[in-house]
Amino acid sequence: MFPAQFTYERARSEDEALAALAKYGSDARILAGGQSLIPAMRYRLARPGVLIDINPITAFEYIEERDGYLSVGATARDYAIEMSSPIRSRYQLLAATSKVIADPVVRQTGTLAGSLCHNDPAGDWPVAALAARAQIVVRGVRGTRLVSADDFLVDSFTTAVGDDEMAVEVRFPKPPPLTYGAYHKIERKVGDFATACAGVQLTFDTGGRVAAAGIAIGAVGAKALRVADGEMMMTGYVPTEELIGEVVEVAKRVADPVADNRGSVQYKREMAGVLVGRALRDACRLSGLKGEGASW
Amino acid sequence: MTATLGVPMKRKEDPRFIRGKGRYLDDIVLPNMLYLALVHSPYPHARIKSIDKSAALAVTGVKAVITGEDLNAAKLEWLPTFHGFDKQMVLAFGKVLYQYQEVAGVIAETREAAADAAELVEVEYEPLDPVVDPFESMKDAVILRDDREEKTNHIYHWEVGKRDETDAALAASPVRIKERIVAPRCHPAPLEPCGAIADMNTATGRLTVYLTSQAPHVHRTAFSLVTGIPEDKIHIISPDVGGGFGNKVPVYPGYVVATVASVILGIPVKWVESRTENLTTTGFARDYHMDVELGATTDGKLTALKVSTVADHGAFDAAADPRKYPAGMFGIVTGSYVFPAAFAQVDAYFTNKPPGGIAYRCSFRVTEAAYAIERAMDILASELKMDPVELRSLNFIKNEQFPFATPLGFVYDSGDYETTMRKALSLIGYDDLRKEQAEKRQRGDLMGIGVSTFTEVVGAGPGKHFDILGIKMFDSAEIRIHPTGAGIVRAGTRHQGQGHETTWAQIVGEELGLDPQDLLVEEGDTDTAPYGLGTYASRSTPVAGAALALAARRVREKARKIAAHLLEASEDDVEWKDYKFSLKGVPGKAVTMKEVAFAAYTNPAPDSEPGLEATYYYDPPNMTFPFGTYVAVVDIDRETGAVDVRRFLAVDDCGTIINPMIVEGQVHGGLTEGYAIAFMQEIKYDEAGNNLNTNFTEYLVPTALESPSWETARTVTPSPHHPLGAKGVGESPNVGSPQAFVNAVMDALSPLGVRHIDMPLTREKVWQAIRGATA
Amino acid sequence: MVISVVVNGTRYERDVEPRMLLAYFLREELRLTGTHVGCDSSSCGCCTVVLDGTRAVKSCTMFAVMADGHAITTVEGLEQNGKLHPLQQAFWDNHGLQCGFCTPGMMMTAYAMLRHTPNPSEREIREGISGNLCRCTGYNNIVKAIAQAAKELTTVETVTDEIAAPQKETVPS
Repeated sequence: MFPAQFTYERARSEDEALAALAKYGSDARILAGGQSLIPAMRYRLARPGVLIDINPITAFEYIEERDGYLSVGATARDYAIEMSSPIRSRYQLLAATSKVIADPVVRQTGTLAGSLCHNDPAGDWPVAALAARAQIVVRGVRGTRLVSADDFLVDSFTTAVGDDEMAVEVRFPKPPPLTYGAYHKIERKVGDFATACAGVQLTFDTGGRVAAAGIAIGAVGAKALRVADGEMMMTGYVPTEELIGEVVEVAKRVADPVADNRGSVQYKREMAGVLVGRALRDACRLSGLKGEGASW
Repeated sequence: MTATLGVPMKRKEDPRFIRGKGRYLDDIVLPNMLYLALVHSPYPHARIKSIDKSAALAVTGVKAVITGEDLNAAKLEWLPTFHGFDKQMVLAFGKVLYQYQEVAGVIAETREAAADAAELVEVEYEPLDPVVDPFESMKDAVILRDDREEKTNHIYHWEVGKRDETDAALAASPVRIKERIVAPRCHPAPLEPCGAIADMNTATGRLTVYLTSQAPHVHRTAFSLVTGIPEDKIHIISPDVGGGFGNKVPVYPGYVVATVASVILGIPVKWVESRTENLTTTGFARDYHMDVELGATTDGKLTALKVSTVADHGAFDAAADPRKYPAGMFGIVTGSYVFPAAFAQVDAYFTNKPPGGIAYRCSFRVTEAAYAIERAMDILASELKMDPVELRSLNFIKNEQFPFATPLGFVYDSGDYETTMRKALSLIGYDDLRKEQAEKRQRGDLMGIGVSTFTEVVGAGPGKHFDILGIKMFDSAEIRIHPTGAGIVRAGTRHQGQGHETTWAQIVGEELGLDPQDLLVEEGDTDTAPYGLGTYASRSTPVAGAALALAARRVREKARKIAAHLLEASEDDVEWKDYKFSLKGVPGKAVTMKEVAFAAYTNPAPDSEPGLEATYYYDPPNMTFPFGTYVAVVDIDRETGAVDVRRFLAVDDCGTIINPMIVEGQVHGGLTEGYAIAFMQEIKYDEAGNNLNTNFTEYLVPTALESPSWETARTVTPSPHHPLGAKGVGESPNVGSPQAFVNAVMDALSPLGVRHIDMPLTREKVWQAIRGATA
Repeated sequence: MVISVVVNGTRYERDVEPRMLLAYFLREELRLTGTHVGCDSSSCGCCTVVLDGTRAVKSCTMFAVMADGHAITTVEGLEQNGKLHPLQQAFWDNHGLQCGFCTPGMMMTAYAMLRHTPNPSEREIREGISGNLCRCTGYNNIVKAIAQAAKELTTVETVTDEIAAPQKETVPS
């Protein structure tokens, strides 16, 4: 299968990319890794008139900690995130997510920023971005905006990025000490979209109480969903099986899946709960902190 | 010279593949070649009201647009299906009968232009109600095929065995089970899609077709029948084939349209299907809905088997079965067991789905049969509260009963079922596993052990029974030994990864005392290879392998005359021993085949023809009956329904082994395909007739992570009627494994009272079963 | 649009349509047909090649224009000076291929993987090749082959260096 014709614009710098966006407007799409866009073009499900290729902007390839954030540039590959030692040691949720996206070859080209901009309801990065409270740096010729993941991920395949804007960086707040995370996914095989997935990031105090919680689920709604009530229920408490069970029930209520080849509404909802439970227990186990009355 | 049979020789074909120098169909580019893209119907059942080509023809580079009406005018609108009951539309005319059916073809200078123009062919449809379910089809409320004289959706009824006797035996049986067991619609999906390059040479009048073909000779005959071009004017070349598994046996509309286009334009035309076209239009497999009944005594002795099957054949009956066997070898459904009475019947129906019913890595309909009997045996064992292994052992055909005539018409050549099963149970540690399982059940853990002790039937087949398009299912070999003792070996088969270039050389090397490295094996070119029926249904070694051995023995007989001449002795005094011709009773007086070959061209015996070559067309006296015992061990995650296949052991008995490395590789590959069928693969349709599995994101092929790590072993029980004792193996793992997986899962779920779940055993199906049982 | 790429150490300049996929550029413009196409959804990995010596990419999910200025290694570039790459030798030795259609992509994925993970466990090998499908082998022998090649490559450093050299060349765009 062969894509329809398009105009190709190579951007060698951010300015060139923004100028091209200003020029072509809604007819243009940013081409980052292209791991979702190019197959869609081959099936002619996507027919952008113009592709603005930002891969040549090597300045966008960074993954670095600065100013209290982990900053991931627009063309940093998923595989680089997977291999990054700061991420492996301090960003457990991101490390766990990076290992299960698509397949290992696709990960060598796919990008975090591109995945957020694509905003597939079954994508992995949107879930991790919510749970880790990411912010996205969105830039256009008119200026720069910092958008929270919650505001960025608007709806299926729709984001807060305007026609003349692009996401140039994804920022994750540097986790405080005693922060642990996990990501769980059910997929039918490697490379499949999730049947359901869940990402969790918990920050504990020294007494083993949850100081801050990030919980999100994916593939069970029009977009990745934050389990906000569950986060509130955990905050300030020592995790117990009972509490985790309650959060699982909340996650199942938040889930609003549609049936497809991957499963029924019922199965996907139940699995969202199971995976939230597993991810929470993983984070607790990783912490090794057994506060008073803890059970998991 | 030492033995070359039974040696794990590295493959002779590999050096080109590991260098990227294989030559597959799409690698071939001919001068001025054009590209064909097909237009497909979005509807599963619709009347074609009009087709407007104008916008497509206006695209730069487009040379022609062909529709069904155009083919009608040229009387090329139908192509024959292989067992001769039915025909298939090349391009739809009148109405479309399945989603993605081919409606028009666009021929253009580039692939991209062809794809662009195909989008612009405007087809106006009047949608009709689709019939998706064969159980609806059988009501004949809507007649799908108005081109046929018979106004019914029923295609055929086939039966074998004794109905009344079996019914009576079942009625008299103290223990009976009955289960609807479904072998779902799946697809072979070789990684290389199907394709063709048709090249009509207007100067010579000769049509060359490069084709992804498992059976090039049959395809030549079929092409001649479709087009009316004399068969001597057709040259089929099947280049390297990137996997077939039965998918590359039928003739597809794309082949015919490319050929018609090349004939019209006098320019080569290439068609290579997309993965979507592969999964939505080319030969699917199975879609058998089997009601299986077993009768037994209270102590587990089998009394009767009855199987009634509804087969969904799609819109055309394109199953490539022998004419007399519309349900293929389904009679193998009595398996490895003695049944005093048995009866099987199959009724096939048209539906608004693509045609097929091909043999996906199995002899015709054998996977379905083996699955039915091996599942039913486990259900019976559970009913009897017997260990499934002991039930099998009690009912096995015993060694002294071979050759064994089954009540459904086969005569099994040889077998030693008990030994093979005991070997498997010992290697896997069956008793310990059962102990572990008992402990785990105490804790509520779901662990299962599944056994399959299958028998399959391959090597089609004896000419008195089996044919394709009327052509008897023999196969052939031709051997030419050159003056230096090197040679060329050709066969009527066409490998797709099975390693013929190596194993055929080993067979001939063994028979002639020549180095297999000096024997070039060539297949797939109809101008040079002898006529054969091709490679599918595990028939290559049983049929062509026998032809090779017998052709080599013909060479040897001629060589003996030359050897006698060289040894200045009478032929009777010359014996073939230790890979050379020796003078009886005179130690050290001998000539090698290499010396004989040289003499055949330089110093032939005075009264003999020069040269050293032979041909053999082999009509097998019987089928061969490979068998085996497979054991799967699984653990199930209660919360998600995920099944972890902890271990899988395959003990195969395929008779004499030519190359153990290749045999093991065949087993590994078939097991992964069996795993896929058991757990992942199905071509599903919604009620409106839409295909829900149109590419590799929805039709799942296991990766190295899902695929278990395989354990293998073997026993050897030679076939008494094959010249080498070989039986064939390529399909055993696919025929034998699905039920081992399913039996293991059902064994794990048995404490919950779960009796049967149809494949594929997705996490959700398993989870729902657990949930239903525990709710 | 004119692009300049180094493929297997040789520089090529070609004028291509932007929509030409890298796989078809390699196969049809450069006639390097060892890179295969088995699907349309980036699922099968038959088209995998290595970019800039370290990065495995599915060349059917990349436009040729995106490769401008990069170095590409295809299966045809593995053999050096008439000596098979340890991966090629290992696939042959271990019966790691049958129909051969997935083999080039599988080897190129393994090639990049062994750059990042020189001593992989069986599990790591299985994970590493899980973006590549094989319908014939059941993977057992592919895993064995890659393990053999890994061993070979870590003991024979010179081989890796020899092959690495041309990959480092990049073309000014």
